Amino acid sequence: MTKRPKQAAPGPLEYLRRWPLQAWLVMVTVFLYAPLLTLMAFSFNDSKRNIVWKGFTLKYYEKVLQNESLLTAFGNSLTIAAICTLVSVILGAMTALLLWRFRFGGKTVLDGAMALPIVVPEICMGVAMLVFFAKVMPWPGGLPWPLNLGAIIISHISFSFPFVAVVVRARMASFNRELEEAAKDLGAGEWMTIRDVIIPHMQPSLVAGALLAFTLSLDDFVITFFTSGPDTVTFPVKVYSMVRFSVTPEVNAASTILIVLTVILTALALRFQGTDAVAGGHAPDPKA
Amino acid sequence: MPAPQKAAKAPAKTIISFENITKRYGKVVAVDNVSLTIEEGEFFSLLGPSGCGKTTLLRMLAGFETPTEGRILIDGQDVSEIPPNKRPVNMVFQSYAVFPHMTVAQNVAYGLKVDGVGAKECAERVEEALALVKLEGYGPRKPDQLSGGQRQRVALARALVKRPRVLLLDEPLSALDAKLREQMRSELTQLQDKVGITFIMVTHDQDEALAMACRCAVMNRGLLQQVATPSDLYEFPNSRFVADFIGQVNLFEGQLAVDEPDHAVIDSAEVGVPIYLDHGVTGATGSTVWAAIRPEKIEIYKRIDGADMIKMEDAPQGHNVVAGTITHLAYLGSETVFDVTLETGRSVKVVRSNLTRWDQEDFSWDEPVWLSWHACSPAMLTA
Repeated sequence: MTKRPKQAAPGPLEYLRRWPLQAWLVMVTVFLYAPLLTLMAFSFNDSKRNIVWKGFTLKYYEKVLQNESLLTAFGNSLTIAAICTLVSVILGAMTALLLWRFRFGGKTVLDGAMALPIVVPEICMGVAMLVFFAKVMPWPGGLPWPLNLGAIIISHISFSFPFVAVVVRARMASFNRELEEAAKDLGAGEWMTIRDVIIPHMQPSLVAGALLAFTLSLDDFVITFFTSGPDTVTFPVKVYSMVRFSVTPEVNAASTILIVLTVILTALALRFQGTDAVAGGHAPDPKA
Repeated sequence: MPAPQKAAKAPAKTIISFENITKRYGKVVAVDNVSLTIEEGEFFSLLGPSGCGKTTLLRMLAGFETPTEGRILIDGQDVSEIPPNKRPVNMVFQSYAVFPHMTVAQNVAYGLKVDGVGAKECAERVEEALALVKLEGYGPRKPDQLSGGQRQRVALARALVKRPRVLLLDEPLSALDAKLREQMRSELTQLQDKVGITFIMVTHDQDEALAMACRCAVMNRGLLQQVATPSDLYEFPNSRFVADFIGQVNLFEGQLAVDEPDHAVIDSAEVGVPIYLDHGVTGATGSTVWAAIRPEKIEIYKRIDGADMIKMEDAPQGHNVVAGTITHLAYLGSETVFDVTLETGRSVKVVRSNLTRWDQEDFSWDEPVWLSWHACSPAMLTA
């Protein structure tokens, strides 16, 4: 690129060319990523205590992979997240369709009630779940895996699916109703129209919603803490109990594995969504 | 461009009939007791200003709306209870509604796939349909790689591939730019000629309807105003609304003074001289009527003191000649539009073709002129 003879004064939001904004940018980056990088770095630290760098080792990864109860907790978390994601996406998409498509009595009430799990403080949700599963619908103990996770799964679904519904509903706002009519006009019935026209349009929001539900479930601590029993420990709960004794590099190693896994999953999901969002991403512009 | 007035095909068969169709949305009457028959192989146009109920009528035919009263017959069969996906009609939507996540070929094949047509026949018919709309080789493309005009062709192919009894077009040209619109007009009429399917087109553009349709129905505020060929609509409108909506017109209000079988005279205070017509009407003498005269049917002559009087072979002298002054003129290249103010103060629009390159210099602002018209030019309207 050739250098411009005279550079104009930077605009108010040109953050790369104004020093206060540059400083801001640096600070955001530092405080966002530095803790994560520190956590990862110290997972390789050859020291029992997580304070001073003593040398590189992989032994804590070995230790993590041999820690039976941590692995069980990790498996529990992934199972819960997977089931929760599946159910939340189906439930959320159906709720969104209902709210988008139909007019019925109490629609505004339902609309508001659906947003409740998003706005209610997590601690309240946790306590509510605890009371509910203690008094109203006690989850039977001693069930085989994964049925013993039922209480946690149900509570995770109840706070995840509204997020899916909100995302899907926002997407449906851009749906061109004539597409639906065109499908019917060409002979498709109600189900076929949903399968061939409505779901393809929804798809990017389904992926986004699924990602959201998966991460929400995977790292939820507060609500899970109140609904988990001694034999149903999830990864965040397990990490918490380990940290209570001391922050060992073992915790760092476990966390690093989780972070890497999440990043890979997200990247895959975004990539998958990216290619399809181009083709199915927008309704035809009626004025085009 | 001459209007493609197709000669009426021998014994035409009714394919669609609307019988006393009324559609109400709450208190609003969108379509008001419309009865209409459409013949097989016709290019029919529903014409009217926005909100006149034409689109509602089309959507009722497609099955997306149900009539509040009355019934619709397709091939003599009452379709009131038949859902849109079972009707033998297909529609080209205003937004084209091409499925964005499918390729062109998948779009066109969709209706066949739904019907369970075999893969081989399906592929053949898709090819054929794409060729019909001149989109050969576009099959693997996605709709977002197409222009608006091409997307419309996809929508056309997708509807035609199902070989419907009737093709419905909802404002098919409104989203195209002016030049493409002109081109698509003739292409659509040629296409209709080729496939022989009945086309019903909704439009608010009167030029479009006149240029394309065999017959038009003009609607206003839910009411059917007139159903006629384009030339009949223009030359023989049945109401002031139709006369005014189709093309330009000078409407003179007056009282019916003479009403004989072969001629009639209207006394019009607006014009200042009686208007002589070579046809009678069935109206009571003295009742209020209107003379509708198209601007191009009025001739304009210079009016100079001592100049020869205008020869009027067709009308008795003094009847259809009136004096005025040019108050405004607009040179439009092929023609010049004059606003002439009569001595009564009434303004009259006159269009004069520029037959030679010097014609445009004949008249100028504030020039006194004679206006004259043949006795067969005005249409007399009673409504």
